[in-house]
Amino acid sequence: MGISLTRFAQWTTASSSTGKLEFTPMNESLLKEILHFVEHFSSQHPQEAEHVFEEPLQWSTILVASDFKTDYNISDSDVQSHEKDSEGHPLLQLSPPTVYVRSFSQLSKLLHLADDKKLAEVRACLEENREPMVKILGRSIASALERETLADVVSLADKMKEEGPAKDSEVKVKLFLLFQNVDKQIVDKLLKEISEPDMLNCKAVKNEVELFKLFCSKGDEGLLKSLQYTSDFEFSNGCRAPPWRQVKGEICYLVAEPCDTETLYITCSTDGLFLNGGIKQDGEENGYERTSDTYKDLATLLMSRSPHFAENINKEHLAFPLCWQHSTFQELSAKKEKTVHEQIQVLLYKISHRRTYEPSPRWRNLGILTTCGKTEENKTRKSSEVEKKSLTQGTKSKMKAELSASSSPGQQSFQKLKTSAGVLPVDLFSESSTESDEEEEQPYRHPETATDLPSEYWQIQKLVKYLKEGDQTATVLTLCAMMDFNLMQESCQLAIQDTGGLKILLNLLDTDKDKCKTGSLKILRKISHNSQIRQTIVDMGGVQTIVKILDSPVKDLKALAAETIANVAKFRRARRDVRLNDGINKLVKLLDCLPNLANLTASQEKDVEVACCGALALWSCSRSTKNKEAIRKAGGIPLLGRMLKSPLQKMLIPVVGTLQECASEESYRTDIQTLGMIKDLVRNLRSDNDELQMHCASAIFKCAEDKQTRDLVRKYQGLQPLVSLLHKAHNKQLLAAATGAIWKCSISQENVTKFQEYKALEILVSLLTDQPEEVLVNVVGALGEFAQIPANKTAIRKFQGIKPLISLLTSPNQALLVNVTKAVGACATDKDNMVIIDQLDGIRLLWSLLKNPSADVQSSAAWALCACIENAEDAGETARSLIGGFQLLVKMLSSTNKEVLASICAVICKIAKDDANLAILTDYGVVPLLAKLTNTTDDRLRRHLADAIAECCCWGNNRALFVEAGAVAPFVRYLKSKDGFVQRSTAMALYQLSRDPNNCITMHETGVVKPLIHMMGSTAEEVQEAAAACVRNIRLLFMANRNAELFT
Amino acid sequence: MNRKVIQALAETISKHVEHFNKNEAECLIQEFNVLTGKPTNSGRAVHGLDRGKFISVLHNTFGLTDDMITGRVFRTFDKDNDGIVSVKEWIEGLSVFLRGTLEEQIKYCFTVYDLNGDNAISREEMFHMLKNSLIRQPSEEDPDEGIKDLVEIVLKKMDYDHDGKASFEDFKKAVKDENLLLEAFGTCLPDSRTIEKFEGRVFQEQMEQ
Repeated sequence: MGISLTRFAQWTTASSSTGKLEFTPMNESLLKEILHFVEHFSSQHPQEAEHVFEEPLQWSTILVASDFKTDYNISDSDVQSHEKDSEGHPLLQLSPPTVYVRSFSQLSKLLHLADDKKLAEVRACLEENREPMVKILGRSIASALERETLADVVSLADKMKEEGPAKDSEVKVKLFLLFQNVDKQIVDKLLKEISEPDMLNCKAVKNEVELFKLFCSKGDEGLLKSLQYTSDFEFSNGCRAPPWRQVKGEICYLVAEPCDTETLYITCSTDGLFLNGGIKQDGEENGYERTSDTYKDLATLLMSRSPHFAENINKEHLAFPLCWQHSTFQELSAKKEKTVHEQIQVLLYKISHRRTYEPSPRWRNLGILTTCGKTEENKTRKSSEVEKKSLTQGTKSKMKAELSASSSPGQQSFQKLKTSAGVLPVDLFSESSTESDEEEEQPYRHPETATDLPSEYWQIQKLVKYLKEGDQTATVLTLCAMMDFNLMQESCQLAIQDTGGLKILLNLLDTDKDKCKTGSLKILRKISHNSQIRQTIVDMGGVQTIVKILDSPVKDLKALAAETIANVAKFRRARRDVRLNDGINKLVKLLDCLPNLANLTASQEKDVEVACCGALALWSCSRSTKNKEAIRKAGGIPLLGRMLKSPLQKMLIPVVGTLQECASEESYRTDIQTLGMIKDLVRNLRSDNDELQMHCASAIFKCAEDKQTRDLVRKYQGLQPLVSLLHKAHNKQLLAAATGAIWKCSISQENVTKFQEYKALEILVSLLTDQPEEVLVNVVGALGEFAQIPANKTAIRKFQGIKPLISLLTSPNQALLVNVTKAVGACATDKDNMVIIDQLDGIRLLWSLLKNPSADVQSSAAWALCACIENAEDAGETARSLIGGFQLLVKMLSSTNKEVLASICAVICKIAKDDANLAILTDYGVVPLLAKLTNTTDDRLRRHLADAIAECCCWGNNRALFVEAGAVAPFVRYLKSKDGFVQRSTAMALYQLSRDPNNCITMHETGVVKPLIHMMGSTAEEVQEAAAACVRNIRLLFMANRNAELFT
Repeated sequence: MNRKVIQALAETISKHVEHFNKNEAECLIQEFNVLTGKPTNSGRAVHGLDRGKFISVLHNTFGLTDDMITGRVFRTFDKDNDGIVSVKEWIEGLSVFLRGTLEEQIKYCFTVYDLNGDNAISREEMFHMLKNSLIRQPSEEDPDEGIKDLVEIVLKKMDYDHDGKASFEDFKKAVKDENLLLEAFGTCLPDSRTIEKFEGRVFQEQMEQ
């Protein structure tokens, strides 16, 4: 127990001899082990247990005399054991609070007595006897035990044999061996506990350290000045801390020299990383204390301590937290040596690019970039030259030498560096969520391993090198050579990115050499078709640079820049960057050209080309709501309107594309209409280009929400081309746009009449099957509008449209369901249609849609049910047969959506016409629920609610129940509504209620009579009659009462 | 040279030279006189810009700094090869230099690049013109490797008939295909900003007079 005690036990204050054992998991397990050993000592080793200690172990116990039983002499609070040593001293003696124990048998007995406090006893014993071995065995043997050399002990034992009684020393040796055994066991056990979870952490720490070592340099451009381990020696378990610190979970110690603050002394432990008292070399005892918070990894610690580090770490494009994938490394390192060399070459290239973001020295010589300070410049140049030397010499042999010299950790870190290279900090920015964002940002790709690199990679790498080293002439030539690669091919695109070419291309845009800019943009506009490249361009701040070129006087450059923006702005962050750099204004300015002049000069033609590219860019940008607004503010709409008159398809497509994208905004729709763009949109519906037609149809789809627009479409004869677009059934996007436009246009009945002339209905019905949902939604929506005209209801049946419609009721698409239920409802008003619907189980399907989570679907289905129930033969019975159907209806009266409530009231009104149904509804408690709703101010709900109440009055004592529930008072307010339907329904409901004489009193008191008398003057006969009848009922009761009073 | 003489000269020249009207020609003549620095009365005596003066004009006014190229530009301007750019050569040269069509500028650039005048740009000529375009790495095994590579790149793009050199037809075709190749072997034309500045200064100022 020697080592386990001295080394492992965690004392509160190391120096003091009366220290306390800390309450740590380590100490707990240590104590338990010792306790276990002592408790079983007397049973396992009876002979050794009798051995009398050299000196008694003494400590203040919590046991008192009463705890001791037989075998002890108890006098007052003192206790002595019966057992005595050869000299007659008791082996256990208690004089509170101190206890003296002189043998293991007494020790284990005592622990036995202590029961559940035995751990506390062991703790106290150990705390007060810091050297138990010395007391038990005597100093000489104990010190041998410390040294762990049996030879010493044996020789000692031999010596003692000569001196003292043989038996005693034998026992001592046995005890010694026992202790040593136990000691070893405990140490093993504890070490295992500590170090098992460590294995991974050691590796993680090592990886991280190796990584940051790569970014150390003496100058300001590195992350750190230096980063070192305190010890070069690494234990087999991966730790560098001495073993006796390892047990405290410490792995290694680091000395980090940041660029901006004082040197940091860091302890890496399993719990995390923290600053220590300053361990420069291991062995200094006082340096180990923790002097800072604990951090989860090195990067976080350094970031919190060194602002410079924090600032630059992001530039270095490293990922946090640094999560390593050990498996990938192992796979990779298993590959052939040669491939590893190649990988490292690639990696070194990357590192060199990262460090030298500035353009090549030659460019700097030309005085093109003077942003960086002179001194720093020189430094970087020097360092980049050094790097280049080691790289471009191409001396693979040298690399090899370095590689073989460095052991696996170095190699490993290269791998890690590589995997992390592509990872960037997550973009936290979020814009309005309403935008249509068709492209999500993708997780960053890990560059391919060297073995998979295609030959293009190496060629492009070479060209990138020339770009860096060449003057204008060489640069332009190199750019031309690069253009000869298939830049639409992903491997080439990524090769340009991976070899650092992208950064250089963007740097070239900052020069004042138009030819270089042109060449660079010609490449960028191609490779920006790749989403990875787009993201990298945005991450490098490329959008700002490209937007700046839009101001160039050179038209070709403007066009190229706009075209590149059109590609890059495919995702939200890029679009935001365009807007924030005033790009929208600049792009809108590009639109200013003369698009419809017959004979253009060369310069005007260029203007047209620039405008086309500008429109393309705006089209991409317009996918963000804020950009739509910005385009409008920049005065883009009239310019787009002017371009819309152009005969050029390449101009029209982006213009109409932008317009249809923006037409989601109310302001645009108004402008499109008032600026006379509908005419041009309609004209282009007749174009021979599918894409143009699609965008035009889509723009009309969005704008035709407005009645005037619908009329304009008709006026400009746009309905026929829309119908003829339905024949292009192979192009689903076009079909969706065309059917959408037809749907919205058919909201105007005049348009429906026109559509009938073009036989639109038949085609639409044929499109009910085998179409994607976006087409179906629109087709069914259109059918719903068409079916408002009675003749079309028959036509839909004749074209066999009912069956597909009903089968669409099982679709999961909510938008589609709203339209389908509406169409079915419209069709159901035709008796013959209803027969078919009934056969196809339509009522049940509609009913089940009441359970749909969408309120729109619920109400739309309920309205359709109304129509069905009204027109079906034995609807009452059908409804009853639906299990749980009525319950569902009643339950839905608790909905919060007014439209749902109104539609459900309407359904209840229809169902309650059947007495049996009404009885069931009453049983389910429909009356109080309806009465509760009467406080509403929504006229639509009021109308249907009053209808439902009127209908429900016809059962049992419902009339009285309604009045009891307070339905009359709100009805008085209903009568004041300006809505004729509400007045009518309310009058009817009041009439129904007044048929119960008891109600008449309440009604009279509530002041119903006066407004009812007003209503008798209504023009509607029904209302007159109901109001008059109600007043009559009240009056009759009054008369009857008076008569009764008179004659009794 | 008095005003009348200049006007008469301008008139004749502008009839032969494209891109400049009479007024502009007059301005250019006056600019020429300023540059030559001797307001001679004797229109007869051959006077003009000698090589040194012309090159310094290219250097200071048009921003062309490569000595090898400016030398060649001088040879191209100096059509009669008498070592002096006369006023006529000056205006004819500037016509292409400042306002030439692509076609004209292709011809001009090709002439500049065709060092030995054999109507073809050979590998050696290319190498000669490009040799300073890359930073040399003295430590490399073959410091010219990059240049050689560039030459091969250009040849690959231009040598349509695979005879190992770029003929005028090759050059024309390549440039028409990719305009950036116009100044493939060194900058020999002023950029748009410089032109704007020069024209603004010369034509504007002298108009005002």
